[in-house]
Amino acid sequence: MWVFLLTEIMFFGGMFGGYTVYRNMYPEAFASTSRFMEVTLGGINTAVLITSSFTMALAVRSAQIGKKRALITLLICTLVLGIVFLGIKYVEYHEKWVDHHIPGPGFHYDDPRYAQQAQILFYLYFAMTGMHALHMIVGAGLIVTLIVMAARNRFSKGWYTPVEIIGLYWHFVDIVWIFLFPLLYLIGHHP
Amino acid sequence: MMHPVVPVKTYVFVFLALITLTATTVAVSKIELGEYNFVAAMTIAVIKGSLVVWFFMHVNRSSSLTRLFVGAGFFWMAILIVFTLSDYISRGWLPGGTWWK
Repeated sequence: MWVFLLTEIMFFGGMFGGYTVYRNMYPEAFASTSRFMEVTLGGINTAVLITSSFTMALAVRSAQIGKKRALITLLICTLVLGIVFLGIKYVEYHEKWVDHHIPGPGFHYDDPRYAQQAQILFYLYFAMTGMHALHMIVGAGLIVTLIVMAARNRFSKGWYTPVEIIGLYWHFVDIVWIFLFPLLYLIGHHP
Repeated sequence: MMHPVVPVKTYVFVFLALITLTATTVAVSKIELGEYNFVAAMTIAVIKGSLVVWFFMHVNRSSSLTRLFVGAGFFWMAILIVFTLSDYISRGWLPGGTWWK
């Protein structure tokens, strides 16, 4: 599983690398976009995702000690929190749509100095948060599988490997967000 | 994949630390610190990520092989960022370097 996570680091690493280069080239433009980012929603989402990681860690612990009911309850909590995260993400995307902040022909930016460069940031924003959201959707599907397997008594104290590795995956997706949040929402944010 | 069971207290403590750090990073971003805003935000992000890796992902109780892979991941990210930046930042430093044109 760690080998897979390593390939995931490389995958997201490419996007973080692209972000680094463009931020280095256009620091003012990137900073100017941050006032359009919903820091409150982003912060709430960070808390939601951290809480889901917490319930996931407790779910793995329940699997270790063979508590089936607690395992299922905690997995459902994790799933619900993941869906809440995606719901808030949808609200944010919708706001960007209304404000014409989606890169492409319809893109509109108030500050003409940064109109081109800001588009790069929003492109990176959608690429990075979009890939992250896709990972969340995959993770949610995996957790549903875990809930079904747990309900069918497939896990025991001696064998709970799927719970453990999907837990690792979920924590990894959490870590990606921990880095995305300051990079995309908090740069140059001083209201 | 048998690991010793970690007490709930540890997870609660890590969870509270993560929430506190999230609140801190948002609060710090509202203060004007110049370049140090970015440094502060990334430092907090690295601390948070390390807490998740170390406690939630059980690397503190994992085998050396697992730790090697985790270290390789971080090292790879470091190569990517440091080498990319050393290229982009140092462009145009050498004087009179247009002989090839």
